[in-house]
Amino acid sequence: MSARHAAIAVNRFGLGARPGDIDTAASDPHGWLAAQIDPSAIPGPAQGPTAREGLVYLQTEYPRLRQSIERSGADPEDIQRQVREFLREPRLAHIAWRTGAAVTTQHGFAERWVRFWSNHFSVSSTSLQTAVAAPTLEAEVIRPNAFGAFSDLLRAAQLHPAMLFYLDQAVSVGPNSMAGRFMDRGINENLARETLELHTLGAGGGYTQGDVEALARLLTGWTVGGPRLRSAQDDYGRAVFDERLQEPGAQQLLGQRFAGEGQQRAYEALDFIAARPQTARHLSYKLARHFLADEPAPRDIDHIEAAWLQTGGDLAAVARAVITAPSAFDPALNKFKTPEEFLISSLRAVGAPAPNPRQLYGGYMALGQAPFSAPSPAGWPDHAEAWASPDAVLKRLDYAAALAARVGRESRPRERAIAVLGPALSEATALAIARAETPEQGLTLLLMSPEFQRR
Amino acid sequence: MTGMITTRRRLLVCGLAGAGLVLPGAAATFAQAPRAAGRKLVVIILRGALDGLAALAPVGERRYGELRGDLALAGGLPAPGPFVFHPALETLAGLFASGEALAAHAIATDYRERSHFEAQDRLEAATPAIRDGWMNRALALMGSDAPGAVGVGQSMPLLLRGSAPASTWAPAVLPGADDDTISRLMDLYALDPMLGPALARALETDAAASAMSDMSGEPGMAGLGARGAGPQAYGLIADAAGNILTAPGGPDAAVLSFDGWDTHVRQGARDGQLAVRLGALDGAIAALRQRLSQDWDRTAILVVTEFGRTVRINGAGGTDHGTGGAAFLMGGAVRGGRIIGDWPGLDRLHEDRDLVPANDLRSLFKAVLAEHWGLNRADLERAVFPGAGAARPFEGLIA
Repeated sequence: MSARHAAIAVNRFGLGARPGDIDTAASDPHGWLAAQIDPSAIPGPAQGPTAREGLVYLQTEYPRLRQSIERSGADPEDIQRQVREFLREPRLAHIAWRTGAAVTTQHGFAERWVRFWSNHFSVSSTSLQTAVAAPTLEAEVIRPNAFGAFSDLLRAAQLHPAMLFYLDQAVSVGPNSMAGRFMDRGINENLARETLELHTLGAGGGYTQGDVEALARLLTGWTVGGPRLRSAQDDYGRAVFDERLQEPGAQQLLGQRFAGEGQQRAYEALDFIAARPQTARHLSYKLARHFLADEPAPRDIDHIEAAWLQTGGDLAAVARAVITAPSAFDPALNKFKTPEEFLISSLRAVGAPAPNPRQLYGGYMALGQAPFSAPSPAGWPDHAEAWASPDAVLKRLDYAAALAARVGRESRPRERAIAVLGPALSEATALAIARAETPEQGLTLLLMSPEFQRR
Repeated sequence: MTGMITTRRRLLVCGLAGAGLVLPGAAATFAQAPRAAGRKLVVIILRGALDGLAALAPVGERRYGELRGDLALAGGLPAPGPFVFHPALETLAGLFASGEALAAHAIATDYRERSHFEAQDRLEAATPAIRDGWMNRALALMGSDAPGAVGVGQSMPLLLRGSAPASTWAPAVLPGADDDTISRLMDLYALDPMLGPALARALETDAAASAMSDMSGEPGMAGLGARGAGPQAYGLIADAAGNILTAPGGPDAAVLSFDGWDTHVRQGARDGQLAVRLGALDGAIAALRQRLSQDWDRTAILVVTEFGRTVRINGAGGTDHGTGGAAFLMGGAVRGGRIIGDWPGLDRLHEDRDLVPANDLRSLFKAVLAEHWGLNRADLERAVFPGAGAARPFEGLIA
């Protein structure tokens, strides 16, 4: 019983077993998880350029770099290539660090928790600014706040430079603000809309277009400092509040009147939305769907929601609710791993060091889930149909075969299968591995087995 | 030879050391100069267990047709005694006819279980107690006179692991999963309502795309087969090995692995799955013959597998893990044209299912190391094959 629960703790709630992990968790699987609900268990600090470093470079050095290459009469395609290389570096650095952290951490649940919220507040590289800033939000916002209050996390995420650029808040200007009157610029609703639809209340969360517009006006003033705003040098690349952009006047949001001014106004609005019961329901559903099943049972959602409401969105309490949900240790493996989960768990299972950043990036690309490039602000899908397409399964197979070839003949797939799947290892898979023609083939079959592909 | 079993079917047994017969080739054992210099040795490991009774078929045996059923060959390429070579082994049969290839049948390591991994480990380590390869131990024994050695593939084969230096070389493009792995995975997905249909559909698409690319003559996939690592890869691996072995200053020893011989299902006889693999193996031998033509007189190529397969056809048109198998030795340096060792026949089977392991693969390994590379017999027994004294070397295999 405890081995079964330990395997679930490590594989479903963590990032997958390294040999020995299931034994470690076996004496107290629930305790093994609960002990990770602690800021000190979260891997970090992340290495790689900060948002500010990347953006300052972009605002100051980058125009000079570009100019000098252009003046040199270089081929425009060469210039493009050099620019792309430059923009790729922060991403590769962050991907390498977070992959290494995920592959080696003993706190797989804490790291999975970070990644859930990172995907919830998904930012992708869609512009020069997001190319350098998107990889930093997880490190700068999610890791420090993952077991704190949801309202703090929301505030930090929505007002991080990566989010401000990604959802166009950086260029949103109150039409009746000082800047609006002189610059003929207006509101951009993007961040307000996604805040309500994706990050808090959820679609169908009872808000109207009027609420979106009101929140957009409430968020005005928040942008990213830089030469364009003639910010103080010290504010370059930082989220700043600039009162010259703020739309004046009281706003009515979800039936609540917000009359304040200054930077406090956005905080109040975000805190108010964070505390809505629809937010609790939406997030409890998403958590149950991520950890338990694509179509989670209402009783599991209720269980998480109750903790959320009781504690006002204390994410540590919510995490405890997730691991005590009625179906938490249900033996059925209801979740099909995403490509990233598969990649991480495969590296943990084989004990291979993560390959160099470029190879690693190639692996993520081949499997269809390169970090920091989710197709929309909704983040990566969290249900099997999105990932189990025929071609995707074949790509996983090729990846598994290549990894097995790299690991070679010493992989001991029969012993490894028991070590990383525990009681979840089926007789059919054990037999297929035992009958494999080579250890490489056995390891490939282990990594591709129905039970390794799920959690 | 040990003569574990003495039968009336003894064909031609060379190097009856027990009978005191010493053939001229054995004299080289005591040569002073490092005999290995420039003498190429290629070991091809057929992983998954080659059906020796298909490669070198005893069609003249009384029970052959009855036991083999649909797998029985009607005929093949000429070989002595009751045997024919499989029709797909043209190059090998040709080398045999010209005296440059020999075969050993009913041969096995001392491993008697039926796990591929363990059997391959035994094949390469030659002893259960040691976790490095007999070829590496031979290289270590030769010290500074040792030839360079390379494993062709993604990882170092056990045969070359150990204290002596050896390198690996792998093709730049990682092959995808091979057809055999895919078919095993399809079996494993048989009851999976999501992954089973997904993989099946992917393979249909893949096959269609491959067919289109074949028609358009696009390069890239050409020669690699639909999934990149089918039997067609054997020729590419052999070409690569040939190039490495003949490069100036290149190594003299190479270990190649050809996967995919585990024919449990629809093995086929004259045509079919195994025939395709045998054809690809034959093509790889031809490629090595051609690439090594300048060194052919000093070349020996050893083709071995971890164990044989069951004599009887199984319910799926294939064969299961057996015991006695076949091995081949070829090259300009080989005194070929014969089948060495004892032939136990098919009247009595090991555990009533397998070809009796009448000959020991280590006898063959020792012979090659002693006669081709000039290793001293006592050193071989002590440092390369400890505890295998009962497997007495064949003699007179190498000119």
